[in-house]
Amino acid sequence: MPAKATRVSFGEALEELGEKIPDIVVLDADLSKSTMSIKFAKKFPERFFEMGIAEQNMIGTAAGLALAGKIPFACSFACFLIGRYETIRMSVAYTNANVKLVGTHAGIGIGEDGYSQMGLEDIALMRALPNVSVVQPCDDIETKQAVEYIATHEGPVFLRLTRQALEDVNPPDYKFNFGKGVVLKDGKDVTIFATGGVVFNSLLAAEELEKDGISARVVNIHTIKPIDEELVIKCAIETGRIVTVEDHNIVGGLGSAVMEVLSENYPVKVKRIGIKKFGESGSPKALYEKYGLDAKSIAKTVREFLK
Amino acid sequence: MENSILDLKIIATKIRIDIIKMLNLAGSGHPGGSLSCVEILVALFWEKIKRTPENALDPDRDRFILSKGHGVPALYAVLAHRGVIPYEEIFTLRKINSRLQGHPSRLDLPYVEASTGSLGQGLSIAQGIALAGKIDKKNYRVYCLLGDGEMQEGQVWEAIMSAPKFKLDNLCAIVDYNKGQIDGYVKDVMNIEPLVDKLRAFNWNVIEIDGHDFEQILSALDEAELIKGKPTFIVAHTIKGKGVSFMEDNHEWHGKAPNDEETKIALKELEEQLNELLSQKMEVK
Repeated sequence: MPAKATRVSFGEALEELGEKIPDIVVLDADLSKSTMSIKFAKKFPERFFEMGIAEQNMIGTAAGLALAGKIPFACSFACFLIGRYETIRMSVAYTNANVKLVGTHAGIGIGEDGYSQMGLEDIALMRALPNVSVVQPCDDIETKQAVEYIATHEGPVFLRLTRQALEDVNPPDYKFNFGKGVVLKDGKDVTIFATGGVVFNSLLAAEELEKDGISARVVNIHTIKPIDEELVIKCAIETGRIVTVEDHNIVGGLGSAVMEVLSENYPVKVKRIGIKKFGESGSPKALYEKYGLDAKSIAKTVREFLK
Repeated sequence: MENSILDLKIIATKIRIDIIKMLNLAGSGHPGGSLSCVEILVALFWEKIKRTPENALDPDRDRFILSKGHGVPALYAVLAHRGVIPYEEIFTLRKINSRLQGHPSRLDLPYVEASTGSLGQGLSIAQGIALAGKIDKKNYRVYCLLGDGEMQEGQVWEAIMSAPKFKLDNLCAIVDYNKGQIDGYVKDVMNIEPLVDKLRAFNWNVIEIDGHDFEQILSALDEAELIKGKPTFIVAHTIKGKGVSFMEDNHEWHGKAPNDEETKIALKELEEQLNELLSQKMEVK
């Protein structure tokens, strides 16, 4: 299959699910053409609510819809959703409203638009809220299954999606298992935990490392919260060293989640790869090279870490 | 009407007595904004929503969202008087392990409908419930009580902009316009006037009333039910701290509980009011 952005996979999945699950309703804040909720909007106009550029009200309205039995998907860029954190904290998390928050355009991978449109702190903030789960799929098939799972999962979920197209990582018979990490490649010298758009790059990096005689295990963490503690500990026991890769600030994201588990259970050395400051404008390719998220940079960081 | 105006006044006074007792026992809380909204809540819960233990979580129930979450002692007292929660429980307000959090928590007490207290969010939630009612073609109505200071929050105006777009005539917002907030008078802190004109400009059906006058409250709620194609906003002029002379219109009593001495004086006043109403009732009989 050609590379596809997870927001596109999401739009397709939602359009299909709308048929099966009549309680699904969708809200967007003037970005439906970008979040891809437009596909649902066209097919089910009576269940789609254009809320205008007013995300707080969109999130609160979604909470109300959920309290009345609907399954609302509230969509915007990840950065704009977390900008309304207090509404998410009270109206969604503390109310325990069954809202699905869909944050697209996550990471520096969005490219030219620059930092203001990049979701870079969203995992950290969402992860801190009790009741809220955090899911970030890495390819088309995983996204579609994750969306279907989330629709029937009871409780608030933050779904993090990419703007940029992603190569397929999982096989056609893949089965999404909420809360469970996926070992994509086995290895014994180091485990690379990756999430979202950089899972594929981590796999390429592992192949490159193989040529240097380094055996790297690659694990896709699609459910960042609740994280697969058992697998994280198992990998630390079996490979010793751990590397985390994410297109997100290194504070509070996947790297932090992995380190929290390991510090309390099985302390080993961990190297976090992620964004340390703000992003900037540029082509996604140029940005990944500059910020160390392309396969070559990941391999280099792992090599140095293992020295 | 199920109850006479006199009966409603008696209930309101009993609720004010409970609010004072609850806050005194809690040692903290918000008397001013709890006392100002009592008639509005009593009118709603006795004549419109008619909440009972049986319908308290019925999917077809009329909803009430307390967006001004700090007024929750009034709501807890109302829920107790309607039998939804045990009467004795209201005196656990703000105590450890109580369901009665300092501000409404749906996690602890589902009858409050939504967790509020961080101002500005309730109207959006009420709107969402009203939208769901429209989709499902249900007949329930959704009421949302806001504070006047709360009208300074941006999210409130986002919701005020959107509810008329969706023609939510099953939604009724009420502002408890008691003119005060923590730092002083609303007009001085951040004026929200001309409020009625603003709400009309956003295409709401707006009704301006005396928020302590049961006849006016009930007639406004009746009108809201009849208006089709747009939501209704009731601007209810009230007195902060209503019913207790030394608290009335005094923003010092926004967020301070009465001590034992003050409680004694307040209860004496309220009990006199109650006795007066009860003797009127005897005369009617």
